[in-house]
Amino acid sequence: MSVILETKNINKYFGKAKPFHVLKDICMSINQGEFTSIMGKSGSGKSTLLYILSTMDTDYSGELYLQDELITGKSQPELSHIRNKKIGFIFQFHYLLPEFSVLENVMLPAKKLGLKSLEEIREEALDLLKKLNIDHLAPKKASKISGGEKQRVAVARALINEPILLIGDEPTGNLDSHNSENLFQILKTLKKEKGLSLLMVTHDEDLAKRTDRTIYLEDGEIIK
Amino acid sequence: MRSWKVIFEIAKTHLFTKLKSTVTASIGVTFGIAAYITLVSFMTGLNSMLDDLMLNQVPHIHLYNEIKPSEKQPIALYNDFEDALPIIHSIKPRQGQRKIHNALPILDDLEKNEKVQGATPQLQAQIFYLSGNIELGGNLTGVDIIKESKLSNIQDYITEGSVLDLKNTENGILLGSGIAEKLSLSLGRKVLVSTARGDRFHFKVVGIYQSGIAEIDDIQSFANLKTVQRILGEAENYITDINIKLNDIARAPALASVMEKKYNVSAVDINEINAQFETGTKVRNLITYAVSITLLIVAGFGIYNIQNMLIYEKMNDIAILKAIGFSGADVQMIFLSQAAFIGISGGILGLVLGLGLSNLIDNVAFETEALPTITTYPVNYNPNNYIIGFFFALLCTFIAAYFPSKKAKNIDPVQIIRGN
Repeated sequence: MSVILETKNINKYFGKAKPFHVLKDICMSINQGEFTSIMGKSGSGKSTLLYILSTMDTDYSGELYLQDELITGKSQPELSHIRNKKIGFIFQFHYLLPEFSVLENVMLPAKKLGLKSLEEIREEALDLLKKLNIDHLAPKKASKISGGEKQRVAVARALINEPILLIGDEPTGNLDSHNSENLFQILKTLKKEKGLSLLMVTHDEDLAKRTDRTIYLEDGEIIK
Repeated sequence: MRSWKVIFEIAKTHLFTKLKSTVTASIGVTFGIAAYITLVSFMTGLNSMLDDLMLNQVPHIHLYNEIKPSEKQPIALYNDFEDALPIIHSIKPRQGQRKIHNALPILDDLEKNEKVQGATPQLQAQIFYLSGNIELGGNLTGVDIIKESKLSNIQDYITEGSVLDLKNTENGILLGSGIAEKLSLSLGRKVLVSTARGDRFHFKVVGIYQSGIAEIDDIQSFANLKTVQRILGEAENYITDINIKLNDIARAPALASVMEKKYNVSAVDINEINAQFETGTKVRNLITYAVSITLLIVAGFGIYNIQNMLIYEKMNDIAILKAIGFSGADVQMIFLSQAAFIGISGGILGLVLGLGLSNLIDNVAFETEALPTITTYPVNYNPNNYIIGFFFALLCTFIAAYFPSKKAKNIDPVQIIRGN
């Protein structure tokens, strides 16, 4: 199994006057097709780590590799392109663009990437929505659908560019148990069918147990 | 690589969902530009009217024979006093005629000069208008009226009668409106004129001349050149002034000095007379631009505010866009293209509104004693003003939107996403 994501001695501090050591010498790797969860108490640095791994936070020391390519030190436009092409995001709060329709929201990252024609993108977006059983929502405005539906739209949007890694920051955190279970099943299926690597931060011990691997963080260090 | 299509699509959606803000911002620009266009058109229209009022009555180059003392007094030619310092009392002007020597050959020569559009001969005479035992001093200018009307806009200032009437009436006179009023004369009546030597002649009033400047209208009249030569008892080559119109007014100063030497006469060019009017024009233009720029800056602040508000409202959107692969520059382009849309649409509307308003002003009646040919307010429809206005609108909106958009570019998506 090939390594998708790897970190070497990642350190991060918060604050300038009196720096607080948030992440201490994090060394970890994620394999292709692996469903990894990160657990830890509030303030343990799990979200901070996730955003560094997602390439959005660049203020750290150490090295980050994506598919054996050094990411650390790349320019913002390059990082944007990597995020666009290789990484999908799901957030705790659904974060769709409220003024656009569901379909447009899903199509957006692919339009940005610009590799396919508009017609192809539309086709694929509708396919994805159908797989997630929300194709009937396509023409609706993103602000007019329910929370569980929004999160599934977010999943569809994260998948449109066929990323190699899907990153979630407590994607089930804001959903009721039914929707939460539903989303978890979707993610598992994706992993099984497409060989997608998944990385998510969660509070939910039961959910974490059902993933392939769980990384426990405490006070900025990996303890398990 | 920049995907302009998506960027414009997002910008468009933002603009149309926040239609109220968009319209408000556009209206700000519209009013700014409309006010600029209206003000500039009106002010430059007034300016050129005022300039024309004075300058149209001035030829590009005026040739005449100046009465002045000889520069070299006879004593300077006398060798015995070479080392002495001569002191001469009561120097008199040089004895000579007021007429331009060789006026007719000079006129011929000027007509052949391709830089010259035309040259007209004039004969200025001091006369008295007589009414009973009242004598009013004045000027009578003998002109070749057909040539004159081609080269100057004298016919604009003839309020009654016409150029042809003068041409066809040998003893006709175009009477200054001031004199006509003082002597209660109207078209068809006769006026008695006395020359400086005391000879009296009857002229028939064939037209009234009104320049708009009371001092001129109170003394100045025009008659046919030959008639004036006759009453003065002079020959047909007796011409005191030559007015020259050039093809290119900018060459007036250079040509004036050339002609001065070539024809051995005095020459004045229009720029010497023009200088003081230009100062007034410049100051008025300065005021116009200051007012218009203030208006546009106010509009600019409106855009700045609206863009700032929009960016605060769209914080979440910006964070998502950045997370899913839009770079900071892409996000900045979204906001800048919105500003460009506001600038272009507001600008175009402003131009149209400005055109409408200046057209309105153009049709407002404006009648004044001083300006016989003007019936409505003068407006200048110079396309340059419209081009400048439009580009200024774009510049203003760009600057107003640049700083908020830069803020959007630098927003850290992690802070927004985690902050929730």
